[in-house]
Order: sequence, then C-alpha cells, then structure tokens
Amino acid sequence: MLNDIKLKNLTKNLPVLTASIVIVLLVLMALVGPVLVRYDPDTADLNSLKQPPSKAHLLGTDSIGRDILSRLVYGSRISLSVGIIASFLSLAIGIFFGLTAGYFGGKTEAVLSQFFDIFLAFPSLLLAIGISAVMPPGLASAMLAITLVGWAGFARLVRGITLSLREQTYIEASRALGATPARILYRHILPNALPLILVAGSLRVGGFILLEAALSFLGLGVQPPTPTWGSMISLNRAYINSAPWMVIFPGLAISITVISFNIIGDYLRDKLDPRMQI
Amino acid sequence: MVVYILKRVFLFIPTLLGITLITFMLMQSLPGDPVLAMVGERSTPETIARIRAELGQNRPLPLQYLGYLKLLSQFELGRSIHTNRKISDDLLQKFPNTLKLALAALLFASIVGISMGVFAAVNRGTAWDRLITLLSVGGISIPVFWLGLALMLLFALHLQWLPPSGMGNGSPLYIILPAMTLGTFSLSYIARVTRSSMLESLSQPFIAAARAKGLSEAEVVLKHALKNSLIPIVTLIGLDLGSYLNGAVLTETIFGWDGLGRYALTGILGRDYPVIMGVVLFGAVIFVTINLLVDISYHFLDPRVRIKETK
Repeated sequence: MLNDIKLKNLTKNLPVLTASIVIVLLVLMALVGPVLVRYDPDTADLNSLKQPPSKAHLLGTDSIGRDILSRLVYGSRISLSVGIIASFLSLAIGIFFGLTAGYFGGKTEAVLSQFFDIFLAFPSLLLAIGISAVMPPGLASAMLAITLVGWAGFARLVRGITLSLREQTYIEASRALGATPARILYRHILPNALPLILVAGSLRVGGFILLEAALSFLGLGVQPPTPTWGSMISLNRAYINSAPWMVIFPGLAISITVISFNIIGDYLRDKLDPRMQI
Repeated sequence: MVVYILKRVFLFIPTLLGITLITFMLMQSLPGDPVLAMVGERSTPETIARIRAELGQNRPLPLQYLGYLKLLSQFELGRSIHTNRKISDDLLQKFPNTLKLALAALLFASIVGISMGVFAAVNRGTAWDRLITLLSVGGISIPVFWLGLALMLLFALHLQWLPPSGMGNGSPLYIILPAMTLGTFSLSYIARVTRSSMLESLSQPFIAAARAKGLSEAEVVLKHALKNSLIPIVTLIGLDLGSYLNGAVLTETIFGWDGLGRYALTGILGRDYPVIMGVVLFGAVIFVTINLLVDISYHFLDPRVRIKETK
C-alpha cells in the first residue's frame, strides 16, 4: 500500500508538495533557526518598541521591543515538539489499549471501551483545560494534557481495526500454530493495522498543534517569557489595532503549520484508505 | 423503541459516573487541600465543614468519591474563590448566552457550509471545487482565537461595520462576528461532507432519470440530489454540536461574550479551581446529553437506523 506514494505522484499534487516542503522547512527552522536569527527572543529592546516590519526587524517587534521573527522561530520548537510528541505518546497508549480491547473481546473489551468513551465524553479543549489547570503550567503539563485528550480516539480506532483483523484466516492459522496473544498482536495484527493507524495519527498532528496553541493562548501551556505561538497572540492581543503584526504573524505561523499537516494527512488517507474518505 | 431509549439512558449512567470520576481525580491531584480547592477559601465555615464531612480526607478514596457524588446530586459545585458566588448559579446564568452563540454559529455553519458543499459538488473538478476544498482545510486549521481577532480587526476596527466586542444588550449585530468565528470550524466539515455526499447522490440512477424527465438542473440538484444527501450532513451537524463548547471558550474570550467559556477563562486566570472544574464538569455533561439526544432523535427520524438496531 505504501508504494502508492511515489515521489513522481507527489510532484503532480501541488498542495501536497507545498505542504511537504513547508513541513521540512519548519522542522529545519526549529532545529537550526535559533542559530540563524539576529536577536535573542527574550531580550527587551527599549529603543525599538512596537516597530512595524522593517529591514532591521523583518516581522517587527512587540510591545517591549522583542524581535517577533526570533520569537516565532523559538516558538516553533514548542509547537512542533508538543504536536509531534503528543501524537506519538497518544498513539502508543491508544495502540496498546485498542489492541488489547479488540483482540480479547468480552469483558476486557467492555470495560476498556467504557473507559475510552469516558475520555471521549469530554469536549477536548475542556478536558485539556481541566488536566493542565491542576498541574504546574509548562511543557510537560501541556504534553500530558494533550496526550490524555488524544489517546482514547486512537484506542477506539485501533480496537475497531483489531476486531476486523482477528477474524482473518492468517490470524487463526498462527493461533493454531500456538502463537501467544502478544506475538499475534504485535507481529501479525499491528503491522497490518499500522497504515490505518498512521493515517489517523497524521490527521491528528494538526489538531494537537492547535490544542497546544489554544492552551498557551489561555495561559495554561509553556509560561512566558518563553515564546510560544499561542501565548504571543494572547499577550499582544491588546495591540491588535495599533500594531497588528504582533498578532498576525504568530497566527499565520500556526495556520500554515496546521494546514500543511492537515493537507498531508488528507492525502495519506485518500491514498491508503478509501474507506475513511469523507 | 421504548426499549432502545431505556437502553441508551441506562448506558448514560456509567458515562456520567466516569466523567465525575475524572473530575474527582483531577481535584485530588491538586496541590493542597482538595476541599478548599473545591469550595474556595472564602466559603462559610459551615459549608467547608459540610463538604469536609462529605469528602472526609481521612476516609478512603472510594468513600470520598461517593461523598463527592452526593454533593453533585445536590448541585453543590462549591463557590468561586474570588467572587464567592455559587458556581451552580453562575453556570446556569451563563449557559443561555453560550447556547445563543452556539445556535447562531450552527445556523451560519449549516447555511454557508451546505451551500459551499453543493456548489463544489456541482462544479466538480473545476478551480471552484479546488478552492472550496482548500478553504475547508483552512477552516479546520486556523486557530479559532486568531480567526476571531482577524475578523474583529477587519470588520470592527478597520471597516467599522460591526461592534468589536461585548453583547450589546441582545442587539443582533453583536452576535455576528462571534458566531462566524465559532461556526467556521464546523462549516468546513459540513462543506466537505456535503460535497462528498452530493457527489454520491449525483452519480445515482435516479438523478439521470430526473434529468431525462426534463427537470431543470436546479431542480435536479436541490430537490433530488440534496434531499438525498442530507442524512450524513445532518448526522455530522448533530454529532458536532458538542464541539461548539471547545470553540466557545476561545470565541467568548476574544469577544467578551458573557458565557461559559469566558467564565472558564476568568477561572483559569485567577487559578480559581472550583470555577474551572465546574465548567469542565458542566461542559462534559452537556456534551454527552446532546449526543444522547441526537442518537435518540435519529432513531425517530431515520427508519434505517431503527432496522439496524433491531437486527
């Protein structure tokens, strides 16, 4: 199935090609950007307060004279790492519980499914607010909140896939050969379920980045002065009329990142799983 | 039918218990005294004593949880640390505002989303179709709070067509920008689902028959294709209703709309845990109740669902 995604096909699809390039550039920016920017993201410069974009400050400065471009570059580290790490963590938890529920069925499945449904019963942002509010705010609490919000959706998906796979003949065959449940799950079912799971994962990265931005915006994520895209918007909201660039650029950064992830997620879904198309 | 409804309502109970268990555990994980965290330091000594008796820190956790359930059954959610008002009163007072905003957003999202989806399907493969597809990806990717600020900058501060924030004593002008902000996310999904559902209907033989009969293209599209495409669209709209609560937190913050979301923000900013937990719990209960009602109403509306259930 994965062979369908060939580089040749990719170059024909302009949005997907653009989105892939954007993501590569974003990752590069997060990795090496801090070496390249001219200004320290946290140093206030009282001689250049609220400067509009110029040659000295390409994206302008904020209300205490910090360079917006530098802050965006440093902020990309947080947005990307939270989005990607939370996706992996929630995928790992979701895969474990989903496989267990789907394969063993019966009471195990009933109890675990009830457990997934409870997490899914909360509006996602509200649950994330509740979780991160009870912890000291920071990177870890944001990641944990997003992971706890995200895992149940994956678990339910993996359970469904496992339920259909476990009735396949090759699973029956390996069971007849005396394979342990762990071996069947991780050597036979998981590899076959993986493409679908990865598509679901790629579709959620964008949502997780948005969730991190929302938590930061509400003051629950990584705390100032460390720049995050969400907190740059909330801290500079008051200047929306007099210095709109302070708010416009961080928002553009979030939007471009999330759009790119979503375009790629949609593309993978269309390629790998026609059933999931909406 | 009655059996089905009873079954659904019965299954509702473990969900409610699960929700309260999670909020209970969140409160327990707070640093310091969970009783003070729940009722607020400024509550009367009697209230604190009553809740301490129910939650009794020295009792085993399961008993404490039962005490918590008992308090909840009396709508005792504690008091705000800052205003000392009862949280249950505040929630009931703010909820209608959020509901009003959500309904306005739903109206906007449904009308614009369905129109966009139909238009894209009819013009399949054209630049319009690709533009609408791209816009609908954009709509789920743009942060709600930033979209709100951008709309405010453009329509309120720059063009000065609409008021920037507040509720304006119910003047309908004030709800336009918040409703557009809150509705955009859902609009994008509605447009997508409408498009694909319409494409499916348009490829059916009955459409060819309608065309052969000599009906105008508008009649074919709107009367025959759209009508047969509505079920997945309505399903999506129903299931998506609860998610408006997420967007409401951010939208209300931006526009100073006096609903549950802004109330949650005041709680977050003031580290007012009883307020935060009150909104989280109330929001979850609303969310699952809406989903339950949507499910049951399908049962009434769509005979196919009914047949599947009985099988």
